[in-house]
This record gives sequence, structure tokens and C-alpha cells, in this order.
Amino acid sequence: MTLAAAITGVGMSDIGRKTNRPAMIHLAEAARRALDCAGLTKGDIDGISTYPGKADNSPGMSPLGTGEVRNALGLKTRWHSAVPDGPSQMAPIQVAAMAVATGQARHVLCFRALTESSSQTATQRASIPGAGRARLGGWYSYLVPAKAMSASNWAGWMAQRYFHEFGMTREHLGLVATGQRAFAQQNPSAVMRTPLTMEDYLGARTISSPLGLFDCDVPIDGACVVIVSAADAAKDCAQAPLTIAAMGAALGSQESWDQRPDLTTMGAHDAAADMWTRTDLKPADVDVLGLYDGFSIFVPYWLEAMGFCGHGEAKDFIAEGNIGPGGRFPVNTGGGQLSGGRLHGFGLLHEVCTQLWGQAGGRQVDGAKVGACGMGGGFIAGSMLLRRD
Amino acid sequence: MRPLPELTPENTAFWTGGAKNKLLIAFCGDCQHAIHPPQLVCPKCWSEAVEFKPVPGTGTVYTFTVNHQPWMPDMPVPFALAVVDIDGASGVRVTAEVVNADPESIAIGQKLKVGFFNIDDVWFPQWEPAQ
Ligand SMILES: [Zn+2]
Repeated sequence: MTLAAAITGVGMSDIGRKTNRPAMIHLAEAARRALDCAGLTKGDIDGISTYPGKADNSPGMSPLGTGEVRNALGLKTRWHSAVPDGPSQMAPIQVAAMAVATGQARHVLCFRALTESSSQTATQRASIPGAGRARLGGWYSYLVPAKAMSASNWAGWMAQRYFHEFGMTREHLGLVATGQRAFAQQNPSAVMRTPLTMEDYLGARTISSPLGLFDCDVPIDGACVVIVSAADAAKDCAQAPLTIAAMGAALGSQESWDQRPDLTTMGAHDAAADMWTRTDLKPADVDVLGLYDGFSIFVPYWLEAMGFCGHGEAKDFIAEGNIGPGGRFPVNTGGGQLSGGRLHGFGLLHEVCTQLWGQAGGRQVDGAKVGACGMGGGFIAGSMLLRRD
Repeated sequence: MRPLPELTPENTAFWTGGAKNKLLIAFCGDCQHAIHPPQLVCPKCWSEAVEFKPVPGTGTVYTFTVNHQPWMPDMPVPFALAVVDIDGASGVRVTAEVVNADPESIAIGQKLKVGFFNIDDVWFPQWEPAQ
């Protein structure tokens, strides 16, 4: 089965730390580059989609909503959507795929913009849920008051339990971090490009055990745009359409980071398993992977969730050199979020598309035709297979 | 300043049971399913007969982390955060701030016991090693 949707263009702004450029400037730059990539003009865009929509509760995490982007870019849309609840940061792309498949739009501009780096000050951290609110509600009201206020704490729980059950060590996660840094050195737009050794990794300060500084992704300012097009409209674009071969969005456990019965799995396991039920493709067909790396520990979880190795086997899979430069299943070839900067998964998808179009320069995976992308950590997850026909 | 939870009909008993030194957990009156975070309707059988019952106030560390990063100004670090399987409420886990212990001494499988401290209208469960 093939969905009647494809990715036809991607664009990323000049991302960086403390750029002090407004989010809209980043967004406009990313949109211009995505249109150029697709060979489209702004008049071709008739849909717009984002995650999570404008959010004022966490500074810099989502400064732009669909309305002001439509205004600023002079877009006339037939369909628009902003998705705070859904299959992860991938939700706006999955929703756009369904919109074009049902004729709601022809070309949808999907975007993610952040000014998280500029918004971080001594007294204000963008990534603490509910920061600035008098009282907390929802799932994090059971975590944050107990001082479990950062995703690094929640990911730390997962890593600690996984280490306990399967004998993973920090060195295994170090291979994720150093491998992605080696990729980043081949990517001019990555924010962290200096060499990273295992010694550097192991010597870095602890953030939330067993996770240290280099297990955490890097807050940045920037924007990324992905254009999702109806299959027939995609044929007229400048790039070969990247057909969305399958998507996964399943979630079978509670919406909270501490409640999944087995914290050596996460929402990714539900979403990815479901994705494979909708395609004839197999993990062995995949050439390049974009796996959410808000924290290094998510990469082995996603590898297992997607079936590249069995449950508990990721440490050996990683140690065998499968995921780094030259590996059989290269992961996050642009440096990922650990070295490239946190664009909430959009950057990972951007890189997978760049690879499938053969435009990844010195880090290009030869002959890449099928890409897998998984976004999210904890209970949020969305997955996607892309195929260059 | 420590962020406080919003008190709602479904969660008030959990956050105020400490006033009587009790850890109150929501149970379904029909199927006895333990419900956490508390809900108004049993997610298992959809009964609305949800009631809070005291549990012994002990539990076992399922996993933990030692936080070293001061996320807010004047936040003393390091401190241990555990996810605790609650005795007497099968399947219920709570996020636990661990006090009165060397953070580096916390281990998976360790037994903890609850205590409470009060801010405004909230009685926070806090956990320490059970002797
Ligand atoms: Zn029930």
C-alpha cells in the first residue's frame, strides 16, 4: 500500500546558538530554501501545518503559529493545522500527508521554528514544561513538583532501567554521541563540529545520571520547512518525489513519562511496529535513518522499536559499528540533534530527504533509496518510511 | 520556587492525603483497578465509582536518576528522583523526590517509605529509604 503523498522540498535556516534573529526571519529563510528545493513558488502553497502551534508557556519553544506565518509570507491557504497533541513532532507532516491524500491541499508547508537558545537566560529555561505558570496541570503536574522538571530526568530514568536490564554502559551511548559528531564534521550547517572523543564524552559533567552533557541535544535558534505534496502534484516538482510509503502513530500506554509499564520501551515501539504493518518494506531495505535523539538513549530505543535489532540488543548493534559513519544503517548523518542542533525532529527528516536526493556531500550514503524516520521520546512518537522511486 | 500542581476534583485527595499522613491512591469501586494519575472514570471498566484508599506508604524503586543540573535559580543539587512501584496498589507508580539519603546510594529494587511536607494547600509526598 502506498500513500498518495510525497515530500517534495526541504529547507533549513542558518541555525545557530543565540542568533538573536527573530523566529520569523528564520522561518522565511527556511521556507524560501524549501520552495527553491521543490521548484515551487509561494503561490503553489495552499496548506500550512505545524507542531505544536504558537505556545507561550515555554519561551522560545514554539514562537510561531500558522496565522502569523500565513500573514507574514502572504500565503492563501485552503487548509491549515497546528497539532500540539499527536504522533510527536512528526504530527504536522503526517497530518499534511493525510490532507493532500484527501484533496484538502496540493502543497503543504510544514514548519518548525524555535528560538530556544536566545530565550534561555539565567532565570528562564525554555524546556521546563509549565515554566512561569502559577499552577501546573496535565501529566507533568505529577513530575515537575517533585523536581523531575526536565526531560533529561525522565530520559535518565529510562536509561538507568535499560542499563540495569541489558547491561548497556555509558560507552555505548558514547558511541552514539561520537558517531553523530563525526557525521556533523561533514555537515557545514551543524552547530557542533569540533571532534568529540570518547574521553571527552566520558569526562563531561553529569546532567541527570546516567546521562551527561553530550547525551543531551543542543538548544538552538532556527527553522525548518518540509513541503508535503499530493502524489500527482509531486511529479511536477524539481526533485524526485520522496513517497511516504508508510506512517506509524500508535500509542498504547498512558500519556506520561513515568507510567509506561516497561520503561525499556517507549511510545516509539507502538508507532514503529504499527508502521511496518502497512508496507512490504523491511528494516533490511532501509538505507538511511533519522532517529530522534533529544537524548542519546532514544537512539537505541528507536533502533529496537523499528526492528533493526531485537529488544536489549541495541548495545551490541551499536558497538558493531552499524550506525556511525560507514555503518550499514547510518543514523542521523547530519549530526542529529546531539551535534546538529535541536529542530525537534524536522532536522532529522531534512537530512533523510537530503540523503535520498543524493545531496549530502561528504557524508552521502551511496545509493540511498529508502529512509526511515522516527520522532519523539517517552510517550510521544511518530514514524515514517520514505522511498525514492 | 517549587511549582505546585493545580488541584482538581480527580487529584485533590492524592495531593492532600498527607494532611492526615496518608498516601491516598484512586481505586475503581467496581473492578478494584488502581488508577494513577487519578481519574474520574476507571480506564479499565469505565465505572464512575472511583474512590481513594490509603496504601501503606512504602514502595520499591523501579528506576531512578541523580539530577546534577540546577534547572531553577537556587536549586540545590545533586538530588535523586525515583520512579517507585507502590505497595498495595498494583501497577501504580509515582514520581518520587528522594530525601534524607545520599543521592548516590539510591538503587533499583531499594525499598522507600513516604513522608509529606506542606506548601499552601498541597502535601507533597517525599520518599526516603525504609530501614
Ligand atoms: Zn473499573
